[in-house]
Parts: sequence; C-alpha cells; structure tokens
Amino acid sequence: MRIRAQIGMVLNLDKCIGCHTCSVTCKNIWTSRQGVEYAWFNNVETKPGIGYPVDWENQDKWNGGWVSKNGKLQPKIGGKFRLLAKIFANPDLPEIDDYYEPFTFNYAHLQNAPEMTTPPVARPHSMITGEVMEKPEWGPNWEEILGGEFKKRSKDYNFKTIEKEIYGQFENTFMMYLPRLCEHCLNPSCVAACPSGAIYKREEDGIVLIDQDKCRGWRMCVSACPYKKIYYNWQSGKSEKCTFCYPRIESGEPTICSETCVGRIRSLGVILYDADKIEEMANMSDEKDLYEAQLKIFLDPNNKYIQAEAKKNGIPDSWMEAAQNSPVYKMAIDWKVAFPLHPEYRTLPMVWYIPPLSPIQNAIEKGVINNRGPIPNVEELRIPIRYLANMLTAGDDKPIIFALKRMIAMRNFMRAKRVDNVILTEVLDEVGLTEDMVDDMYRTMALAAYEDRFVIPTNHKEYAGETPFDNEIAFDTRSSCGFSFGNGCSEGSTTATLFGGKTHSNTMNGNIP
Amino acid sequence: MNTFLDQFFFGYYPYVAMTIFIVGSALRYDRDQYTWKADSSQLLRKKGMLWGSNLFHIGIILLFFGHFVGLLTPEWVYHPFMSAGTKQIIAMTAGSIFGTMCLVGMLILLNRRLFDKRIRKTSKFSDTFILIYLFAQLLLGLLTVPYSAQHLDGSSMIALANWAQYITSFRMGATNFIVSEAWVFKLHLVLGMTLFAIFPFTRLVHIWSVPVQYLTRTNYQIVRRR
Repeated sequence: MRIRAQIGMVLNLDKCIGCHTCSVTCKNIWTSRQGVEYAWFNNVETKPGIGYPVDWENQDKWNGGWVSKNGKLQPKIGGKFRLLAKIFANPDLPEIDDYYEPFTFNYAHLQNAPEMTTPPVARPHSMITGEVMEKPEWGPNWEEILGGEFKKRSKDYNFKTIEKEIYGQFENTFMMYLPRLCEHCLNPSCVAACPSGAIYKREEDGIVLIDQDKCRGWRMCVSACPYKKIYYNWQSGKSEKCTFCYPRIESGEPTICSETCVGRIRSLGVILYDADKIEEMANMSDEKDLYEAQLKIFLDPNNKYIQAEAKKNGIPDSWMEAAQNSPVYKMAIDWKVAFPLHPEYRTLPMVWYIPPLSPIQNAIEKGVINNRGPIPNVEELRIPIRYLANMLTAGDDKPIIFALKRMIAMRNFMRAKRVDNVILTEVLDEVGLTEDMVDDMYRTMALAAYEDRFVIPTNHKEYAGETPFDNEIAFDTRSSCGFSFGNGCSEGSTTATLFGGKTHSNTMNGNIP
Repeated sequence: MNTFLDQFFFGYYPYVAMTIFIVGSALRYDRDQYTWKADSSQLLRKKGMLWGSNLFHIGIILLFFGHFVGLLTPEWVYHPFMSAGTKQIIAMTAGSIFGTMCLVGMLILLNRRLFDKRIRKTSKFSDTFILIYLFAQLLLGLLTVPYSAQHLDGSSMIALANWAQYITSFRMGATNFIVSEAWVFKLHLVLGMTLFAIFPFTRLVHIWSVPVQYLTRTNYQIVRRR
C-alpha cells in the first residue's frame, strides 16, 4: 500500500446557477495573456450541448483518455511508437476554431467615428490577425441556456443511448449547467502522453502541473486529455492548464473558482488513496464497473490501521485531520452523492459532481408530487436519469437513482423538521440514512458554510527536507521570485532578446492587435 | 583573394560555426529554457500540416542522416563493399528522392507560412527566415545532382568527404580538397555551415530535444516529490 493524499473538488450541480463567476475570475488570474485568450481553464457549459471545444466528450473523434487493450491500459491516441509517429502533424489536435477564434470589439470606433448617417457599430476583430470577423461562430458558452437549435445540441455525447427526439419538444425540454476544469486525475493520460516528461502529478496533493521550462510543445497532451483541458499557448509554444491555484492551495486557501462561487456549489477537501491500486482499478473490462472500482482506491481516514500506515507514508498529521473532516470524502465516498465526470475515460478524475435534481414531469396534472410514498419516483424527474448516468457513471443508472433519492429524502426530512416540526424517520430509512448523517449532509451540501466547504491543510514545505523544519527548504524560497516567464528570476524587461521572441503580452486591454 | 576566401570559409569558418552552434545552444538551454520549443502553429491552422509537415520532416531527417553517413564514413570502411562510383550513384539517387519529398513538403509549408493570414501574422522573423533559408539550401542541394552527374567516378564526392573528415578530426590542409570544386558545392557548404551558426537563435533548437527517451520511459505516470 502506497498512501498518497489528493485535494479533490466536489461541484454540487443542484445549486449551480450558471453565472460564470468561476470562469471570469479564473480567466482574470490565469489566462489574460496573448496566446491563451481562447483558453478557459474553467468554463461553464449548458447541457445538453456539444460544448467547448466542439463535441469534446466524443472520444471517437478526439481520441482522448485510455483504452483497455488486451488487458493492458494504453492511451487512446496510441502506444509510444504510434504517438511519436504523430509528432510532425498531430491528426487528433483540435484547431483553434474548434474552441473559437478569440475576438474583441472595436470599441474605440464608437468614440472616434466621424459624423455618419447611421450610428457607429463596434465590430468584432480577431485577436490573432486583428482583422474584422464577419461573425463569431463558437465560444466557451455558446449554447448558453439552450442557445441554438436542438438538432445541433442533440449531438451531445450523453444522448448516446437515449431516444432523444422527444427532448426537442418544448414540453419535455430540460437543461443543467456543467462547470468544467482540469480533473487532476489519479491516472492522467496527459502525463502519459507527454513525450518530454514535462507534465507531472504532485505527490503531496495530487495537483497535475506542466513544467513550463521542460515543455517542448509537442502538443500530445492536448489530444490525450479527454476533457480537453490542456491548452496550447500559440504565442509561447507551450501547453498550459489549470493549476488548481496551487499557490493558494499550498497556503490553505481555496482555488479562485471555488472562493468566488456565489452559489457555494464547490467544496474542497483531502482524499487519501492507495497508489498501488490505480492501474488495476482503471483497467476494469466493463466500463460500468469503473465508478465502483474508483471508489475502492480511496482509504478511510477514520480507520486506525490506515492512520498508522499513512503516517509511515509521510502524510502529515494535519493532513490526516483534514482528511477526516473532508467534505469531498463525505460526499463522494461516505454518502455516495457525488460522481466522477465520465469514468469511462479511465483517467480516474478527482473533480466530482453531485447530479442536479429537477422538477417532476407533469406534476400539475398529477396534483401532488409525492403520490408514491414519502419519496417521489426519481424516474419522473425532468432530466432523464440515463442522461446523467451517461455523464457520471458510464451509463449505470443505479448509483444516480440512489444519490437523487438521498437528496430528495434530505429535502423532505428537513422540510418536515423545519416547517411542520415533525421528524420523518421513515423517509430516511428508505435510503439508508440516519438522522446524524442527514444533519451533516444538510450542513455540508445545503448550508455549505465557508469553513465546511473548504477544509484545506496548508502545505508543509518544511517537511520536504531531511528533517522536519529543514530551514534551507522552508526559508529558501522566501523573498524569491514568484511566477516568471522563464530566464530564472530575471525581470526579462528587455523587449529585444537574443533567443526567441517575446514571452507574453497583455491582451485584455481592449486594443486590437 | 580567392585563396583567402577559400581558406576562410573552408578552413576557419567551420570552427566558427560549430562554436556558435555548441556554445549558443548550451547558453540558450541554460538561460532560456522557456524559449526552447518546437513552436508548432498547427493549432492555428491544421490545413497543410498532414502532408506538408510530415513530408518536410521525414525528408529532411533522411537528408541529414544521408549527409552525416555520406560525408563522415572513411573510404576504407565502404571500399570492400562498393566502389566510390557506386556510392556516388546511391547518394545521388537517395538525395534526389528525399530532396523531392522535402521540397514538396516545404512548398506546402512555405505557402502556409507566407500566405495564410493567421500564420503570417503570428510568425516571428526567425520562423519565416529559417524556412526560406532551408528552401534555398535545399534547392542548392538538388542543383548539385546534375553537377555530380557530369563525373560519375566519385572523385568529387571523395574530395568533399575528405574535407569533412579533415575538419571534424582537426587536421591541417582541409581546404586543399575543396578549392577546385564547382561553385554549387561551395555555396551549399557555406550555407550549410551558416545553418549551424544560426541554429541556436531559431526554433531549430527543438532538434536537440527529440523525445527518444519517451520510448524507454518505464512508467506512463510521472509523480514528483516535494
């Protein structure tokens, strides 16, 4: 057993209002530079829809993730030789138009236009060529609130086993939001596909990062990531990705997308896992077993034996304590209400989603909602169970039904308790909950106070040395430079450089390039 | 005057170019890792990459190894197997085939680099320059084929190989092999040496980083400790 810790995230889709605050704060911090204008480390998609980049979920098209071939795991883009054969021209690489051509509007024209018979118009200009674009055709939230025709949106991969035609009718339509970011997988295919070995997973907190100095821009990671969450910076020639805001995480603060989430849908916490089990559990022959298999990798932080083993594996006590109070462990493993996104990609993603409840179909005609005992039939929910299952459990309905029932039970129980002052234990019995559990669920998922949502231990840099509190390591980085664009801690203030071109420039200033 | 130019370009310049090549590469690798990259523009325009980039790269890699083996193999190594004349015929045939592959690929890439608005706008000077430079060098190289065909005894080839072997083994008198060769060979050589001199200042540095170690990596996953 090799015990490692990971900071995981849970997104409670039941509470997501699709406001894009996460996307915007993330963009302001991380991708406001030339070359990554088109990149959104975090974006929010309206489902059903084909998303950003177009049809990203369809791995028959993009060849991301892993396949289990003759009992062995292998990246879907191919083994090592096949991957290197694609290095001169990668047939699986999206073009920037699959994301969108970044653009800005010529706002200055509104002020500078000469006297004209018609009011001046700010036209879109490409951020790559600077030329006028006739019309922007795609973007990170192009299908916002079911924008666009159903015929196009219904190409959504999650409809694959569903008779989808009826959902195009107005009476049967449904929607949900899906905020997406890097999954910081336990079995990342981007790491596996990087020919330079520049991408790595951090042992202490599981964050997956790209070493910008080691990256040579072979761009295999972009194809290999099934979530299309690695972006090629066309100016710097290096790939970039969500960093899980690691400088914030290291000091015990939540990522910026979590911090600014107005719906309080995001939780962060420690999960302990056994690294020796990863390969076996990602290699289940039946895709539907992958969700359950992934759960088997995680370790119970309240188990005395695990605690002792974790200590031997160098997990600090503060991390063990955080693991015991982890909201992520509770929701994903204890209560089983949160699920990994597309486990069939076999990357063992570590950003988990609580499926959204939705209104009951035909509730008005039926007169009552819960006419079948205390808990209504979840099959009557507006969002088809199979659609959620295709997204979160590789098509297995049972875990989704179980989770939705638990969430409805929590609502019924708390409503009865608060409004009618009745303790409805029979509601809980049906879904295997106790009063204590439901109280905790209510506090973690519904109230979701800041300190309950974010249980993040600080990163003990001092433990990195030979002895605890190794002064050289603890204080070595103090007062040194933070983020820089290569060339060590040099300011890089000269515009002319002997080697290569400029490394970065601001493109959020409203000027057309 | 001519003797001075010959002495300079074929006696001293090779060492100047090699020094810039090695020291320049080392400095850039040490100082500016962030600029060390293949600098692909495939994301911006996919069209032309599949044929253009593959033909160009495969062609030029084969040409490189052809030159490497052809110039640096001593006569006594291949003599038991073939005459110099045979070797020259092989070199001319292989060079023509690979050269044509590379030429087709390069035409596609040049067209893309110069006439695709996105690519042109985002190109650095060195990106366009190196492509045109390689194009000129390739044309010169292909032009040597008809010149070689005028004398098929392999004498010219042996002279060039001797020069290269004298230079790489630091022996005096390398220039003497070159002085009487045709102008195409001389110009091709000078451009070739200059290519080494400008190498560290262009995207060509990605050649140093051919990811062969990927094939020997035992694990797919990479985990870094603190």
